[in-house]
Amino acid sequence: MPDWSEEIRAALVGLNLNPAQEASVADELAQHLEDRYDEMRHEGVDDAEACRLLRSELNDGRLVTELKGLLPPVSEAISPGQDIRERLLAGLGKDLRYAIRMLRLNPTFAAVAILSLALGIGANTAIFELLDAVVLRTLPVQSPQQLANIREIHGGRIGNTVARQKNFSVALWQQIQQQQKGFSGIGAWSTETFDLGRGGEAHYVQGMWVSGSFFRTLGIQPVLGRLLTENDDYRGCGLRAVVISYAFWQRSFAGRTDAVGSKLSLDGHPFEVIGITPASFYGLEIGRNFDVAVPVCSESAIRTESSWTQSATTWWLDVIGRLNAGWTLGKANAQLASIAPGIFAATLPPEYDATERKDYLRFGLKAETAATGVSELRAQYADPLRALLAISGLVLLLACTNLANLMLARAAARQREIALRLALGASRRRLIRQLFTENVFLASVGAAVGLILAQVFGSVLVAFIGNSENPVFLPLYPDMRVLLFTVGIASLTCLLFGVAPAIRIGRVEPGTVMKASGRGLAGRQHFLLRRGLIVSQVALSLVLVVAALLFVRTFRNLVSLNPGFQQDGVLVADFDFSALHVLAQNRADYKRELLRSVRNIPGVISAAEAAIVPLNGDGWNEFIDIPEQGVSRKLVYFNAVSSCYFQTLQIPFLAGRDFDDRDIASSPPVAIVNEHFAHTYLGKTDPIGKTFRVRQDGGKPDRIFHIVGFAGDTRYRDIHDEPTPIVFVSPYQRPIADTDSTFIVRSNEAPASLILSLKDTAVKSSPEIVLNFSVLRTSVLEKLTRERLMATLSGVYGALATVLAMVGIYGIISYMVIRRSGEMGLRIALGARRTSVVGIVLREAAALVAVGLMVGTAVAIACARTVRTLLYGIKPVDPLTLIISIGGLSTIALAASLLPAIRAASVDPIQTLREE
Amino acid sequence: MFAAKRFCNSWTTAYSEVAPSPLTTLYYAVIYIAMQYIGAKLFERELKKGSTELLILSLVEQRPRHGYEISKLIEQRSEGLLKFNVASFYPLLYRLEKRGFIRGRWVEKDGQRRRRYYRLTAEGKKVLKDQRNCWADFVLAIARITGEEHA
Repeated sequence: MPDWSEEIRAALVGLNLNPAQEASVADELAQHLEDRYDEMRHEGVDDAEACRLLRSELNDGRLVTELKGLLPPVSEAISPGQDIRERLLAGLGKDLRYAIRMLRLNPTFAAVAILSLALGIGANTAIFELLDAVVLRTLPVQSPQQLANIREIHGGRIGNTVARQKNFSVALWQQIQQQQKGFSGIGAWSTETFDLGRGGEAHYVQGMWVSGSFFRTLGIQPVLGRLLTENDDYRGCGLRAVVISYAFWQRSFAGRTDAVGSKLSLDGHPFEVIGITPASFYGLEIGRNFDVAVPVCSESAIRTESSWTQSATTWWLDVIGRLNAGWTLGKANAQLASIAPGIFAATLPPEYDATERKDYLRFGLKAETAATGVSELRAQYADPLRALLAISGLVLLLACTNLANLMLARAAARQREIALRLALGASRRRLIRQLFTENVFLASVGAAVGLILAQVFGSVLVAFIGNSENPVFLPLYPDMRVLLFTVGIASLTCLLFGVAPAIRIGRVEPGTVMKASGRGLAGRQHFLLRRGLIVSQVALSLVLVVAALLFVRTFRNLVSLNPGFQQDGVLVADFDFSALHVLAQNRADYKRELLRSVRNIPGVISAAEAAIVPLNGDGWNEFIDIPEQGVSRKLVYFNAVSSCYFQTLQIPFLAGRDFDDRDIASSPPVAIVNEHFAHTYLGKTDPIGKTFRVRQDGGKPDRIFHIVGFAGDTRYRDIHDEPTPIVFVSPYQRPIADTDSTFIVRSNEAPASLILSLKDTAVKSSPEIVLNFSVLRTSVLEKLTRERLMATLSGVYGALATVLAMVGIYGIISYMVIRRSGEMGLRIALGARRTSVVGIVLREAAALVAVGLMVGTAVAIACARTVRTLLYGIKPVDPLTLIISIGGLSTIALAASLLPAIRAASVDPIQTLREE
Repeated sequence: MFAAKRFCNSWTTAYSEVAPSPLTTLYYAVIYIAMQYIGAKLFERELKKGSTELLILSLVEQRPRHGYEISKLIEQRSEGLLKFNVASFYPLLYRLEKRGFIRGRWVEKDGQRRRRYYRLTAEGKKVLKDQRNCWADFVLAIARITGEEHA
């Protein structure tokens, strides 16, 4: 009888049972077979036949399959690790699930990583979105690439620029319209603020002057009603039709359909609303929205006196055109160049003298691409935004080095696991892929959260940039470019902080690692990476701190600048009495009367009238001659001010007298000059009593002014400007007086109550006077928004960078100390003093920090030079800034290393030696 | 003939279920009739499978027996109709043991090799009772349907 148990075991081998169970089953089945064998022999079956039958029973295959589910196997089958034919993405789902599980087990690490990624990526994306909206985005019109702006090329012009658009006068525009051939459609446009009310405090809306062909050229379709066409724009059209924007329609008419056909009052003149532009069209200026579009021909009806349309020297229109099919920009430029001389000859202003004529006839025309619109906002903010993007990129880099350090620490902790897996047959490629899956997952989550944060941050930035006088309209949304940017930097960060641990995996030798002790005395070479991280962190944060200090100091310089007068406590009130139709000869007296009533308001310390409010951005200059001093045809800034102007603004009055009641229209013209004027044009002599001539238009004789007073220097137009020669004349001696008076009022009262008193005064004179108020200090500060933005953001980033660097340095030094705690313990056991151990750690940290500071200084100097244009009152390579930054950062870095150093010194030598 | 297996299996797996209703009996009867057309061989095999559990349980009710004994008894008492081989019998036995209806124990008697004896558990007793009832009803139903028509 054969030994059935052997054969049964052979049959059961596929079940992978544990030995005891296998023995039991084999035994039982063997007995069964033996009993059967005995039975068959008893029946007379011979030995061979019986064995054959029984064997066929045993091996019919169903045994193993039936038993498979019933008896538990000893362990799960080990699947082979190295499958060369493995697909690249096989098991990606498993990797992802493993990554998620690993992160769930380490919630602090995951939170820290995702948070720093989200903040870094979010900040970068927000600034890029802003940059995209301001610089890169194309106009929301049909085929913007075909559009071109036509500009005037000139060396210098004599005349008036009264709007943000400064290229052409109406006469020039009409000539261009007739003679151009390169464009299938061209339109002229400009901007203006209109007052919706009739008297009292002004309620302004943003207006746009448009020619008849404007909307057709841009391919805009109305959402309701119709848009202005060539039929609406003809000479003498008067006050007829206007088009309103979608936003204005929603705001003021609540989206009612009866808005079309209703009446609108602009500067007191009635217009009819004929249509509404679509929501996507906000005009041609980035950062601004328009409310009302008025035909250019209505300008002379609104501004009855000194209309811009009639003036040959008022340049207030910009021209945009759509290129003909098949015409390139170069071809269009050539055609413009050919018609330019004729156009300028035909529009020569009659009041020009010989020199001015010669200059004018040399002007040219040029067409430039207009796909991205025009923008004051862009001119102001393109460079700061680029600088901010660079800064936030550096902060993200810093966050990445911190993350890289964290990743390295985790990789070091998992070294044994990795070695074991390698030994069991996992391919390095697979392990690295698994690590990268984890990183990609982290980066994706961080980027997603960052994108959400970016929207919030972006709207904060836009709110920061805008203010009440100049609201910024900039819809921010993540378009394709922004999304690509986000994905790009997420991938880059992922690569940056994932590559170091991946290299580590590649270099792990399973045998060495498994043999080494628990903590692994891996060679000193892996510290090199960490040391590099410290150096780069210190360098990066130095660059950021230097940048922050430069911008903050720039802002402080500008804010605390003395513009030559006292800004605080001054209210600017504009009284527009054009609705009263005061005759030209009576205006001077009317203005004097108004000034008197303003001065009589209780609480007013002093008040004066001024044509140009300092630092307002307005300007007025004239050519003067001083034959005695050899000064000929010099352009000088002018201002028309009443008496007490210098007193109200607390400008030092150095010699002579102020304007007073003696100076009327019929008396000889008098002037007050500032120090700069005196030094530049009158030398060391006393200016009082000197005269200068101002040329008049139209061949009229020069006006000769007598200098009666001498005052201190002030800034004129913009706080960034240098002091310049200024001449002050009396508004009551001007040939034609204006129909508005701007009063500068100094008072200790709160602006709100002062405004109420001024309103009362105006109403007492006439309720039709249109009023506008602003606080001088606030207006000046609002002009510094750009610098404030740079200072605030770079300051925040600089602080963030310092914190990140501190945390990073602390982490890395701690890690290095822990690794070397065996060595420290040994030293202490051998008799070293604890302070010397502290010294060892600090010395090493100090060396690294020093290298970082050197690298950082070099980089900071290089970068500072590129932002030279954004600084004020401070050189890019400012020694004080560098010293403060280096000093501060080294203190922080050493403080961060102190704690780990003390911990190294307080190690228990017996404990560490035991662990060795 | 999965219905057969399911019918009796439903008792063995969850004996706490409600006792077989006349509806189930009728259902089984209908399936049985349908299965006539599938083939006697198939019928036999499946029926064998479904009923073996009942046979095994009833045989160990009175006293513990070992595997060979049980299979020999079944063969004898069915007069050769139900025959098992090693590959088909022992999995059934182990399945019953896994479900907890019988318990197997190695017993060593003097002078003999050790043998594995199986006895009925308390749970097995309940299941046996239910299965018996089930089969009784079934047989009655079959007899009623297939019995000779009385004029």
